[in-house]
Amino acid sequence: MTGQELDGNAMAGELQEVFAVDVTTAVATCGGCGEPSVVARLRVWGPAPGLVARCPGCDDVVLRLVRGPDRAWLDLRGAVSLQLPMPPAP
Amino acid sequence: MTNRRLVWRAATVESARTESPTARTLVLRVPQWPGHLPGQHVDVRLTAPDGYSAQRSYSIASAWNDTGVVELTVQRVEEGEVSTYLTDGLEVGQPLELRGPVGGWFVWRNEPPPVLLVAGGSGIVPLMAMIRARGDVRGRQPFRLVYSARTPQDVLYATELARRVRDDPGLDVTFVYTRKTPEGWPTPPGRLTVATLNTHGWPPDFAPDVFVCGPTSFVETAADILVALGHDPKKIRTERFGGTS
Repeated sequence: MTGQELDGNAMAGELQEVFAVDVTTAVATCGGCGEPSVVARLRVWGPAPGLVARCPGCDDVVLRLVRGPDRAWLDLRGAVSLQLPMPPAP
Repeated sequence: MTNRRLVWRAATVESARTESPTARTLVLRVPQWPGHLPGQHVDVRLTAPDGYSAQRSYSIASAWNDTGVVELTVQRVEEGEVSTYLTDGLEVGQPLELRGPVGGWFVWRNEPPPVLLVAGGSGIVPLMAMIRARGDVRGRQPFRLVYSARTPQDVLYATELARRVRDDPGLDVTFVYTRKTPEGWPTPPGRLTVATLNTHGWPPDFAPDVFVCGPTSFVETAADILVALGHDPKKIRTERFGGTS
C-alpha cells in the first residue's frame, strides 16, 4: 500500500483543504533544477494523510503535506515559488 | 466550482453495477452536491469502528446532470484496503463519506478544439465522464478515444461506448488489447504504439486537447509518443495512478 505513485491531481482535496482554492493548477518551481511544473503534474507518493510530491524533471522533493487530526504540516522548502492563478482584480 | 471550503459529506449507495470481473460502479446520492466538471475527483474516507481511517482519491465517472447522483467506478486492487471494500463489501443503502469535487487541471471544459482521450485500464474513468458530458450537451467537438485494456473482459463501459459511437456524432473509439484480443481481431495483442496514436489520434496541426490517464508507465509512454509525434506538451494533460489501493 505504500509507494503508490500518483500525481498532483490526487492531492487536490488535501491541498484545497489547506489553501481553500484549487492548487493543482498552480505552477511550482523546483528548488533543485528550477523547472516549473503544474502541481497536478508533480509525482506523488502516498497515500494520504502523508503525501510527498516530487519534481517530474529531477525527482527532488518539492512539497510535503501531512494531515493530522487537528493540523496540517506543509513543507514547501523544495519549491522556489508557487504561482497561483487568480481572478483578475475588479 | 473548485474554490470552496471542502466538507465531508455522507453519501448513500443508491445502486451499484458490475462493470468487469474486477470493477464496480457505485451510484451515490450525495446531499447538497454542488455539481462537478468531467475529470474532477472526490476523496473517499472509510472509518473503522475503532477510529482507524483510510482515504483515497477517485475520479468521478459520471457527468453532472439533473439525476443528482455521483458515480464512481472502482477497480479492485489486490490487497487494497479501500478498493476491495468498495468493490466487494459496500452494499446498496450503506453510507460512504466523500468530499469534493476537487481538481481543476485534468478537466474538460467544453472548449472548441478536438479532443484526444488516451486510456490505460481503469484510466478510462475520468475520460468516460468527459464523453458523457459531451453527449449530454450534444457537443460537436470531434472526440477520439484510444483505449488500452488487457483483454476484452477488462473493457469498462463496453456497451455504452458502442452505443455512443453509434449515437454521439463525432465520437470514435479504438481499442488496444495488451494480453488477449477478441476472436478474429486483425492484430496480435500488444502495447500502445506510435502507429496507433498516429493513425487513431489527431494530427498535431489540429492542436487537439489531449487527456491521458492510466498507470504511470502507460501515461509516460503515451505522453512521450505524443510529444514525438509533434504535439505541444502544454496541450497534453496527464493523470497517473499507481493502482489506487
